[in-house]
Amino acid sequence: MSQKITIEPVTRVEGHGKVTIHMDDKGQITQSRLHIVEFRGFERFVQGRPYWEAPVLVQRLCGICPVSHHLAAAKALDVIVGAGTGDGLTPTGEKMRRLMHYGQFFQSHALHFFHLSSPDFLFGVDGDPAIRNIIGVALTYPDLAVQGVMMRKFGQEIIRATAGKKIHGTGAIPGGINKNLSIEERDEFLKGADPLNADKMIEWAQGALDFFKNYYAANKDFVDNFAQFPSNHMSLVRSDGALDLYHGRLRAVDAEGKKILHDIDYQEYTNYIEEEVRSWSYMKFPYLKEYGKENGWYRVGPLARLNTVDFIPTPLAQREFEIYKALTNGKPNNHCLHTHYARLIETLHAAEMIRELLNDPDLLGNDLVIKGTKQKEGVGLIEAPRGTLFHHYRINDDDQIEMANLIVSTTHNNEPMNRSVNFVAKSVMTGKDIITEGMMNSVEVAIRAYDPCLSCATHALGKMPLEITLVDKDNNIIDRKKSH
Amino acid sequence: MSNLIKFKIDNKECMAEKGTYIVDAARENGIYIPTLCNMPGVKPKGSCRVCTVKINGRLMTSCTTPVADGMEIESSAAEIQDIRKSIIELIFVSGNHFCPSCEKSGSCELQALGYLYQMMVPRFPYDFPLRKVDASSPKIIKDQNRCIQCKRCIKTIKDEQGRSLFAFRNRGHRIEVVLDKELGLMMTEEMADLAMKNCPVGSILKKEKGFDIAIGRRKYDHEPIGSTIKL
Repeated sequence: MSQKITIEPVTRVEGHGKVTIHMDDKGQITQSRLHIVEFRGFERFVQGRPYWEAPVLVQRLCGICPVSHHLAAAKALDVIVGAGTGDGLTPTGEKMRRLMHYGQFFQSHALHFFHLSSPDFLFGVDGDPAIRNIIGVALTYPDLAVQGVMMRKFGQEIIRATAGKKIHGTGAIPGGINKNLSIEERDEFLKGADPLNADKMIEWAQGALDFFKNYYAANKDFVDNFAQFPSNHMSLVRSDGALDLYHGRLRAVDAEGKKILHDIDYQEYTNYIEEEVRSWSYMKFPYLKEYGKENGWYRVGPLARLNTVDFIPTPLAQREFEIYKALTNGKPNNHCLHTHYARLIETLHAAEMIRELLNDPDLLGNDLVIKGTKQKEGVGLIEAPRGTLFHHYRINDDDQIEMANLIVSTTHNNEPMNRSVNFVAKSVMTGKDIITEGMMNSVEVAIRAYDPCLSCATHALGKMPLEITLVDKDNNIIDRKKSH
Repeated sequence: MSNLIKFKIDNKECMAEKGTYIVDAARENGIYIPTLCNMPGVKPKGSCRVCTVKINGRLMTSCTTPVADGMEIESSAAEIQDIRKSIIELIFVSGNHFCPSCEKSGSCELQALGYLYQMMVPRFPYDFPLRKVDASSPKIIKDQNRCIQCKRCIKTIKDEQGRSLFAFRNRGHRIEVVLDKELGLMMTEEMADLAMKNCPVGSILKKEKGFDIAIGRRKYDHEPIGSTIKL
């Protein structure tokens, strides 16, 4: 008899989602979908508010990476206040924002690896769910757990020093920043007692990467073949092709590495990207216009970034990047679980960037804001930890926002996540009568690799968990399992 | 001959010039009584009621009541504290006050009083009134969602001829404080700065300023409201 499996809620992801898997009479998977079932509507309720409120208001989408929204909105408003399109700020303004952003990257990636994903690697995808969680990690591998917590703390302290608060600060304002870094703050981050200093963070970031590389060496087949499928990849890149998480031009490559979006100015993104609405999810499906809905979808995030960039501009991360690229002979990496590998290289890069920026005297400057001729419309893009984040605002003659469009990282990954779910469901559930917890977690592992933020993606507020439902061909629910 | 008179606030012996309003007399004696509509140098109105005290068993606004010889005033009793807290809660629920995205957060007197009285959740249901934002002035934004109709802007923002740039419009529950269409055009940068500063909430925002004061440097980031008055 055909059936439909539902995984609801999906756990250890940010936001609320569910998965449905349809199985025919012969036990073949006919369709799998990741449904995003929350909705909030930030784009609507910022309308009418004064434009300078956007960076502070819209960041309330999320408590995990509000800095990304804060900065993407501020970058869009830089255009509106005539401060250029991302590279026109004062050195202090730009570098303080960069420090905030790399601090955010560091803490968010640490959160994902240590708190959300490491249980799968330490205890196995089908390990006992009672210990396959962060508490299990803390009890079994206390040193690793402490590193995770302290790395987050370091990143959060960087955010506090630059944005004013660890969560939902106000540092970035249209045209710049509202504070510089004091000498005391700088010295604390550079020379603070272990472990809360930049050198230790680089050492620990390298350690986390080495941990994953060892795991990979011991589980190569699993990591290489789990939800592996070709796709396009998109991210910002610096004008010289370097990895730049704060600013750049928009580049996309196909599964073979051929450029399909040629370092465009993102102010013109609407010429290249379109969003499709599907009836079963609140999350839209973006794609590259030129290649259509079927072939124009792409991945964003760590895996995509390391596929689009030519090099990483810090030495330790560049060394690791070269080893990583050699795995696929320099071609784009389409292995879903390699996203964790790429994420940890980025974590190391973020730690190196933080140290480099802290040694830059521009952070101590007093020239914080620059403004020019007012514009009516602006687009701000940034590489958020989960991928490319778009903020687009238009204002009226009275300085009120009249249009806002947000395309959040997880939204770009909607199609790839659905394909990953389908891939894993087919490989672990085909022909099975009973859905085990391990099978359900496999589906979640595929979703988790993207570090999705489902709340952000629908600009919605909700609970975090995921549900899987099994239905027959007539849509009768046969089985439903929830994980919490 | 001295005009000093003696009175008591919460059994503490106090002295002040005859005719001094209680709220000012308390301040001179190192006692803080909260206010919102009242501000030094402006004729008191007693509209917000936050400064309520008890005199001879009667609840009265301390900003409009002068001290009298031998007067006994209760200010810190639990009953009075709760009345003030309920007034603050009423002000919160009768407007649309969303502190997280408000530029005045950290420097807002209403928010500071909410913290002072440890307001967690208001005991009254939210009204969620439909109110407008008037952004037509080139200098300021008047956000009616946050206006508490204290009249401070009407009383303090005036042109050289003494005409108020702000005024009341409508009556009863539809009353609102608006910027006069014609006089508003004469608003200077200094007037806009002063209007934003004198507004006890985030109802008057100067344009092109937005969030320029970093967290940690705002008015109440380090000193709770009223703490500088206490001896």
